[in-house]
Amino acid sequence: MDHHGFALLQSVFVVLAAPLLMGWVNQCRAWLQNRAAPSIRLPYYTLAKLFHKDAVIARDASPLFRATPYILFGCMWLAGGIIPVLATDLPFAPAADVIALVGVFALARVFAALAAMDIGTSFGGLGARREMLIGFLAEPAMLMTMFTAAFISGSTQLTTIVETLAHREFAIHPSLAFAGLAFLMVLLAENARIPIDNPTTHLELTMIHEATILEYSARHLALLEWATAIKLFAYMTIGFALFVPWGIAEAGDWAALPLAFVALAFKLAVGGAGLALLETLLAKVRLLMAPEFLSAAFLLAVLGMLIHFLVRG
Amino acid sequence: MPETIATPLTGALAIAAVWLAVGLAGLIPAGNAFFARRLAFPLGALAGLVLAGFGLQAMYVQPEQMTLPLGLPDLPFHLRIDGLAGFFLLLLGSVSAGITLYATGYFREETAGRLTLIVLQYHVFLASMAIVLLADDAYLFMVAWETMALSSYFLVTTDHRLPAIRSAGFLYFLVAHLGAIAILLCFGVLHGGHADYTFDALLAADLTPFWATVAFLLAFFGFGAKAGMIPLHAWLPEAHPAAPSPVSALLSGVMLKTAIYGMVRVIYDLIGGVRWEWGILVLLVGAGSTLFGVLYALMQNDLKRLLAYSSVENIGIILLGLGMSMVFVGFGHTAAGALGLIAALYHTLNHAVFKGLLFLGAGSILHAAGLRNLNDMGGLIRRMPNTAFYVLVGVLAISALPPLNGFVSEWLTFQAALQAPLLEHGVVRSIVPLFAATLALAGALTAMCFVKVYGIAFLGQARTPQERAHDCGAAERIGMAWLAAGCFVLGLFPAAFLLMLNRICVTLLGGGLPDAALASNWLWLAPTAPEQASYSAVIFLVVIVSVTLVAFFLVRRFYHGRVRLAAPWDCGYPAQTPRMQDSSDAFGQPIRHVFGPLYRMHRKLPGPDDPRPRFELEIEDRHWYWLYLPAARLVGWISSKIALLQQGRISIYLLYSFFTLIAVLVFVR
Repeated sequence: MDHHGFALLQSVFVVLAAPLLMGWVNQCRAWLQNRAAPSIRLPYYTLAKLFHKDAVIARDASPLFRATPYILFGCMWLAGGIIPVLATDLPFAPAADVIALVGVFALARVFAALAAMDIGTSFGGLGARREMLIGFLAEPAMLMTMFTAAFISGSTQLTTIVETLAHREFAIHPSLAFAGLAFLMVLLAENARIPIDNPTTHLELTMIHEATILEYSARHLALLEWATAIKLFAYMTIGFALFVPWGIAEAGDWAALPLAFVALAFKLAVGGAGLALLETLLAKVRLLMAPEFLSAAFLLAVLGMLIHFLVRG
Repeated sequence: MPETIATPLTGALAIAAVWLAVGLAGLIPAGNAFFARRLAFPLGALAGLVLAGFGLQAMYVQPEQMTLPLGLPDLPFHLRIDGLAGFFLLLLGSVSAGITLYATGYFREETAGRLTLIVLQYHVFLASMAIVLLADDAYLFMVAWETMALSSYFLVTTDHRLPAIRSAGFLYFLVAHLGAIAILLCFGVLHGGHADYTFDALLAADLTPFWATVAFLLAFFGFGAKAGMIPLHAWLPEAHPAAPSPVSALLSGVMLKTAIYGMVRVIYDLIGGVRWEWGILVLLVGAGSTLFGVLYALMQNDLKRLLAYSSVENIGIILLGLGMSMVFVGFGHTAAGALGLIAALYHTLNHAVFKGLLFLGAGSILHAAGLRNLNDMGGLIRRMPNTAFYVLVGVLAISALPPLNGFVSEWLTFQAALQAPLLEHGVVRSIVPLFAATLALAGALTAMCFVKVYGIAFLGQARTPQERAHDCGAAERIGMAWLAAGCFVLGLFPAAFLLMLNRICVTLLGGGLPDAALASNWLWLAPTAPEQASYSAVIFLVVIVSVTLVAFFLVRRFYHGRVRLAAPWDCGYPAQTPRMQDSSDAFGQPIRHVFGPLYRMHRKLPGPDDPRPRFELEIEDRHWYWLYLPAARLVGWISSKIALLQQGRISIYLLYSFFTLIAVLVFVR
């Protein structure tokens, strides 16, 4: 198989599989909360339904408002093509290292916030402000997590990081433990999960992510929801690549692909269930506490980086 | 390149002369100031473009020197052009070309008298900046430096009838002179008693580590005052809003960069022997400027004040790159030092381009809608679609978002910080990444700040009536488009610029990036080695654009493109007004909450039964209270003591002269 083709296939796989992960998390959460669980395919049905509807758009929406769902979708697709989800043999992965990967998410966030402010309703501005508030602490925390891994492997290339980390003997690196905790906190915050945000609520006082997409409907909303699902998938797989890189196939090793596939499915199943468990156990924090939660994540990540220099590992 | 016409040095000198001539020609009152109104600025912009060409050429040819038959007897002016000067001439020429073209339209409605003066000062300002970059002796450098300060002072106080603008101008003049004195003293230290003030002689001076550090401190603070690093930044947020917008763009985009040029020239070239302890100081000041600048920018409602504080932040980012470079060079890691210096110089160019663009955008809003307070704006994207597009490019670039240029220089700065494991000193090794953390935090805050700017100003509903608002004219549009194109070119093809800047590093540091970094082609940016770090903005952009387009056409093909227009969702409350949108103050509220102790806030909250509730908030710069006002009081106290000498009676003054004469006779025998 041509490796360019593989990169394309992998990103298509990420885009298609992302709603499934969303469905799995929702299913697990319903089980844990003693509710009847929806089908795991529900996100696909929702997307299909939304694509068929007529889009209702506010009268004075600017072109920016209409373009944003597509741009967000493009950003997330790119992220899906860079992360070594199944294999490290990604010809376009060098186009964006971990810093640029964080940049992709920042680009998406800025466009989402701008689109939210476009109509000029009070909720849009509120959501944009809160989204940027979460972002300004989550983004540096994420970057510092990446830097810890970059210092360990001497590279900011995600593929190189994975190859380095997968080959070391199994040992608890204190720096990686700090980074892992920080990354988990960032993952929760960036994907609008409890304890920062609640993906299932439209309660005015507390919503963050939902407030930014309140004006969207039909195909635009479908693309946004899809992008959200890809983002969760991407963050999960970044976490796997950094902290449990075992099983990801190396360049040129096509025979390892089936194994990589099984490993990924296993990790995603466990990760998704773990996410649902966290969301069941934790309570949503007050909005004003969110900066504290995230500054803790940022400081943990910085500490992890310093510990790397102290103990060299 | 016009090699046959002129060498870079004579060419650049000719351009400076052309700028002077254009400025003077504007004075000729040909009836209705036709020349000043129609021709002066386009000619100046053209000259800027040619200067950029000479600057580019200078980076690829041998340095040139020249002695002018001007100056004092026995103290002629020396000129020189080399790679570093060439790079800054490229910056000056290309950025000023866009700004000057924009000025053609912006100043169109000025009265003839004011316009001729603006044309004169504007072009003298440009010419003096070019001479600063070309100067090869301390004497000419200071003359040009002071001409630059003086001409820009007159430009800042264009509206000198307003007391606020006069006092802003005074503050600018004061800080500029404090800086100039420090620079003068620095040259004095370097000079060390020889009779020769040429840079070659200063370079040859052999300084003890103590005197080298003194010279470094003087140069750092002298140039830093001009660059606007904290705590010497106070003039920026006063002078930038006071000046007409193209002038603000020149001040922030280009003039601050001459200070960076001076820093690099004096510290790396003239003083030489960079020590890592200096780098730590630069890093600390840079980190402070970065965080402080962006946090204060987030609190501003006046768009131009906000941009001025953001310049403080960006100078901080440049200093971070410079500081890392000095730390690495001090420890003898030339390649990593070159990376830091390249990051700093690249950010210098990038900041010039996007900050110039944003100031021009702010100028268009001010000109067309008469608005400078963000809380009065809103929905301008509908009335000014062209301006809105260019400002969006600037906003994305300054927020360090890929694939535009701001991201590239921050990426390079991060890569420099990631070289920290090379350092032998344990404490320094763990400190350097902390500055990367500062930069990461500031970068994310910048994005928030500029989402606020764009969202409040251009998106949403108009907060005040805007019948007057209209899009800008053709000259303004071309000027902004030029700078916006610069954001794209610098963002998409950074590898070419990396090679260019590497040549400067080889000259200054005696070594550049590793060979592996230089082998990569135009598509890939890989400053250390491809397997360590790489970035390709073109692929990045191509993937996002193609997925966006494919998604668009697939959705249209498989579903439909039906759209119903409706009123925005009112949450069941039909009496929605534009006042219910987030204001600029509201957008900053979470930051005020998180970083409260950093600000000096005065709040006026409305009472519960107020019929016309008004919320008032004033944020003051803390530096005024711990530094500037005490310093002013101290100076006042000292001068009141000195004033005791001034008795106002001639006999007393004659007595002073007598004593002075005696003292002179005693000491000079």
